[in-house]
This record gives sequence, C-alpha cells and structure tokens, in this order.
Amino acid sequence: MLKLNPLKVFEVNVVQQVIDEAIAILQDPGIQVHNREALRLLKEAGAKEIGASASVSISESLVHQALESAPHEFDLYDMTGRAVVHYGGNHVHFDPGSAGVTVLDMETQKHRPPITRDFVTFVKLVEVLPALDAQSTAMVCQDVAEEIGDLYRLYIALNYMHKPIITGAFRKDTWWTMRELLIVVRGSEEELRQKPLAVFDVCPSPPLMWSDLTCQNLIDCARNFIPAQIVSMPLAGATAPVTLAGAVVQHAAECLSGIVIHQLAQPGAPIVWGGSPAAFDMRYGTTPMGAAETWLIDLGYVQIGKALGLPTHVYMGMSDTKVVDAQCGLESMGGTLMATLCGANMVSGAGMLDYETCLSLEKLVIDAEIINLAKRVAEGIAIREQPMASEIIRQAGHQGAFLSLPHTRRWFRQELSAPSKVIDRNSLDGWIASGAKSTHERAREAVNEWLQKYTPNTLSSEARRELFAITLSIAKKFGMSALPSIEETS
Amino acid sequence: MNEEILKNIADSLVNGEPDDSVKYTQQALEIGLEPMQIIRDGLMVGMNVVGDYFARGDYFLPDLIIAADGMKRAMELLEPELVKREQRLETPGVVVIGTVKGDIHEIGKSLVATMLSANGFKVYDLGVDVPTENFIAKVKETHADILGLSALLTTTMVVQREVIQALVQANMRERVKVMVGGAPVSQSWAQEIGADGYAEDAMGAVKLARTLVSG
Repeated sequence: MLKLNPLKVFEVNVVQQVIDEAIAILQDPGIQVHNREALRLLKEAGAKEIGASASVSISESLVHQALESAPHEFDLYDMTGRAVVHYGGNHVHFDPGSAGVTVLDMETQKHRPPITRDFVTFVKLVEVLPALDAQSTAMVCQDVAEEIGDLYRLYIALNYMHKPIITGAFRKDTWWTMRELLIVVRGSEEELRQKPLAVFDVCPSPPLMWSDLTCQNLIDCARNFIPAQIVSMPLAGATAPVTLAGAVVQHAAECLSGIVIHQLAQPGAPIVWGGSPAAFDMRYGTTPMGAAETWLIDLGYVQIGKALGLPTHVYMGMSDTKVVDAQCGLESMGGTLMATLCGANMVSGAGMLDYETCLSLEKLVIDAEIINLAKRVAEGIAIREQPMASEIIRQAGHQGAFLSLPHTRRWFRQELSAPSKVIDRNSLDGWIASGAKSTHERAREAVNEWLQKYTPNTLSSEARRELFAITLSIAKKFGMSALPSIEETS
Repeated sequence: MNEEILKNIADSLVNGEPDDSVKYTQQALEIGLEPMQIIRDGLMVGMNVVGDYFARGDYFLPDLIIAADGMKRAMELLEPELVKREQRLETPGVVVIGTVKGDIHEIGKSLVATMLSANGFKVYDLGVDVPTENFIAKVKETHADILGLSALLTTTMVVQREVIQALVQANMRERVKVMVGGAPVSQSWAQEIGADGYAEDAMGAVKLARTLVSG
C-alpha cells in the first residue's frame, strides 16, 4: 500500500486533455475490431462502422457509459479463498514477468527454452518469496504441444501455487479450458465468480487494433466475471507517436476502446487499466524496459487510469540485460520504484530480463529484495509517537546510547527492515570471511535456500486428478499421448 | 553545376529530405546527367555517409529509414531512364520477404526490407500475415535468391518451419536461400528448422544476405 502521495507526471489540465484526445481518436480514425461479436456489440450500441477493414467509430457517450459501469476495485483470492490482492486505490502488488520463452539456466548461465521442470521450480520460488503477491504463468513450456502452451502453464501453476495468478490465453478455445481448470480449483462457477483466482491479460495490437483472439478473450472474461487486464503496448516511435505524451494518449485510446467492448459484453465486470509500453530504441530497434522514457509512459498512463478511477497495472521492474549483472539490478530497481511510487495496483516483471523474454531464478530473488525496498519506501515515514523526538532525546541525553534504550527495541522492527543475505551489509573483513561472494553468487545460494521452504498447496488429490484429466484430454487432441511427469505434490 | 547538384542529391539523403532527393534527381536528369552517374556520385555517396554516421553512433534508425525512402523515390525516377538506355543496375540479389501467416508484426520485417533495398537488393515485400503459398509463388515468379521470413511470436515462429517444408515439397529448396528473423528467433532455431541463416538486426540481415548470395 502506497502511503505517500502517488507520483504524478501530468498537471490536472493535461490529464483531461489526454482523455479528451483519446476519445477524439476513438471517433476518428476509430479502432479496428477483427471480431464479429465485438463488432455486433459495438454496432448495436450505436458505434458506426467507418471506411474499410473493420474500423469502428466510438462515440464519447459510449466511452462514458463504459466508464460508469466499470468497477473501481476488486479482489483476488488465493487457493484457500482468502482475499490477498486488492486491485484499486493505491494498493501495490507484485507478480513475476510473463511470458518468458527462455530461461537463464542457473547451472550453465545460458539462455534456453523452458521445460516443465523449470516452470515448476519457478512457481515454487514465487510461492515462498513474501515480496511477491501473485503468481504469473511466467513460462511457455517447450516440452508440450504448442497449441496447449497457454493452458498447460496454468495447469502446472495450479498444482503448486497458493497465491492468485496473472495469466492469459493464446487461443479462443483454450480460454474455455483455462476457465474450466479454474472452476475445478474453486469448486463451482459461482465460487470462481465470487472469488476470482486469476486475471487474464488481453493485449490490443498497437496502434488501435483488436484482433479476433484478444477481443474474444476480452468478451469471454466479461461475460464470466473473470477479471481482464488490458495490456496496451504503444511503442513510442514505432507503433505509436514518438512523443511520450502522444504514446500515453494512444494507450488511453486503446484501453478505453477495450473497456467499451468489455462493458458492452457485461456491464460491471472487473477490468484493469494496464499496459506494457516501451520507448523504441532507435539504434537496435528493441523495446527497452530499462529506459527512463518507458518508465515515464508507464507513470503517465497510470495517472490517467487513476484519474478515471480504474484499477491499474504495469509491466515494470524488468531489465534489458542478458545476464544477472549490474545493469540488471539498476534497471529493475528503477522500474520497480517508479511503479510503486505511482501506486500501480499490479506490477508485473520480477525475474525477467532480456526485455520480456527470459526468466531467471537468481534475478527473481534479487528482485524480491528490490520489491522489499520499494514497498518500504511506499510505507513512508510514520509518526509513531508525540512528541516525535524531544522526549526520547532528552532521556538519552548527550551520551546518545540509543541502541540500549527500550525505546529502540520497542520500535526498531517496525521502523527498520532487514534484507536477506542476498544483500551485502557486512564489513569488508566479514564479507571476505564469508567467501567474498558477488550478489549473483549469493542470489544463487538463496534460490536453493528459499526452495527448501516450499510447502504443497491445499488442492485435493481429487481436484488434481481432474486438472490432469482435462489437460491430458486437450493434449491428446494435439498429438500428445502423455503429459510430462510432475512430482507428487500431495 | 553538375557537382553541385550531385552534392545536393547526396545531402538530401543525409539531411532526411526525400522530397529534395526527388527534386534534385529530376533536375539532374533535366540537365543531362547520366542515371548511372546520379546513382554512383549522388545517391550512393549520400547513403554511404548515412551508413557511416549510423555506424559511429550519430545517426539512428529514423535517419536510415528516411534516407532509404529518399533513395527509393529517386530510383523510381531513374529506373525508367536506365531501361531506355538498356542499362541495368547490378543488384546483389533478389529478396522476397514477409511476416508469416498468423503474425501481424511489421516493424522488424519492414526495417530489414528497407535496409536490403538501400543496399541494392531487389526486394519484394509481401507484408504481414502472408500465407505460405504466397511465399512459394512469389519466389517462383521472381526467381528470388533469398526468402526472408519474419515472426515475432513464439506461436508463429513454427510457421517459418512450415514455409521451409513447403519449399522442399515444391522442389524449390535448393533454388533459394532462406533467412529467418524476429524476437524469439535464434541461431539454433534457424539451424533446427533448416534455414540458411539468421540475423539479430537489420544491419546484420544485410551482411547475412550478402554472404548468402556470394556463397
């Protein structure tokens, strides 16, 4: 929870202008919608088809109608049904970056495609790190048929996780299987609706286009009251205006159009103002997550989302580097701190490097330290007592032996946080005596120590069998005779 | 006068003013300069400066792209003149390029196409979401030396393999070199699917294309 005033990059009048311009864009040139059902919903509500190629003009009143029905907050519940994540207000939560197509192998330090075993270990590590509030279907496992890549990672996660999860579907039909898996865990459709366990990312294609797949995911989420998170990704200078303000406007237009479609499908269904923008790198043609300009676009759009009263999400805290090094730490710290200080409700990115491509266990434990620092800053300075200091300073006198005062013992646990062994606060001699290890080496040891703390989740063996049966039946359709074996968890 | 106008043509590319490239190329033709000279002493000079500036870090992708656009528009004026004179520009090779079926990502592919064109390749850009059979047909029609396949998604990179298999089935695999690219694509993926090469970025793609046509 951010107790400081959220960081703002725009004056109030600019916020209004961003919203006004975004609405103007939705009218002209409008958005492209490559989905029949969404087109029907929009047209029935009075939106006009313009020009060719499925372009639709959305009126200002439709936008306002959607903003009125969209909820301002909702909760995510863990596997046992406890509310643990609050989307709304200035609550700030963290989940790992997704979806990685490589892992940085802890033994070889080489990038390679992830397999089931990697993702199981990753889910366990996310589970035991208190800094992380939610799981994500972080890896696309390469040892199963590509057609089940999305639902398989949810299947794996559900077997090991306690925390709620951020996920997403790669196809229209697999969304329904993923929903089925979630219902098995919750026990019923109604229970899943009452206590959401997962959020689905839906990504419009910049600029201003909704593909058939994402649009259908968006509509299906709405109708089933499964929270949807719009991940708009303007790429400033490539698929969006190069001006940062221009990119924020485009982001707003894409998100507003998604909310219109979503709320037309089901008014009141939970929806998140999210994104993963980047300032295009004009030398390498890449999408840097560690760029100051990327962070500014993020800060800008979160401010807009908050002004509209919507739950917010960002992809921040990732790094563009390829190994766990200094750049990795500095970029992740920058993004994480910015995300925290603007009060984004869900911050996705921990553990990720090589832009949004690779996941690393060591980076995840280092990022957990970064998140702890950011969360502590977000707490701000509390006024513990009155007077704040004069009384205790008088007591201590000029000798100042504060360490031995009961006052210190009374407050230090609340005031001062202690990092794990990943962070070095030793003396030089002490550091040498304990092996003169680098951050990366300490992180590697910490990964193994953390993993020892993992305990299986509460899922019944019956539910596990059901998850397995559903997943296997779909896998068989795509030519697999068996699923990769996973260890007994119960 | 001749030298001045050739310098103006080169400068127009360096300064990123495609309208000027067209204007000065037109003027150069009007005062009777030979198309080959305009290309060699005007356009190529400008492109080389832009390339040098990029290499040393002063110029960026938008500078390259706008210069390539000026070059392309000037060449549209010059090509009919070359044809009239029965002259032909030496091209290092013919390239068919596109983003595979199911994938609508354009930037990387277009960047590679632009840089290949700017470096003299004859490029047929089929756009995005290109059906496999269209790649095959275009390679056949143009007698392309190189087929470039782009994919940004892990779910569509597998289509690169399908296109290569389709080439094999059409008995055309030996006739054309295949290069692949896109964010999830790697050297090992290129090897796995039997492509001839992979490059990390547009400049790398130009180098690779040169190697592929010379080998």
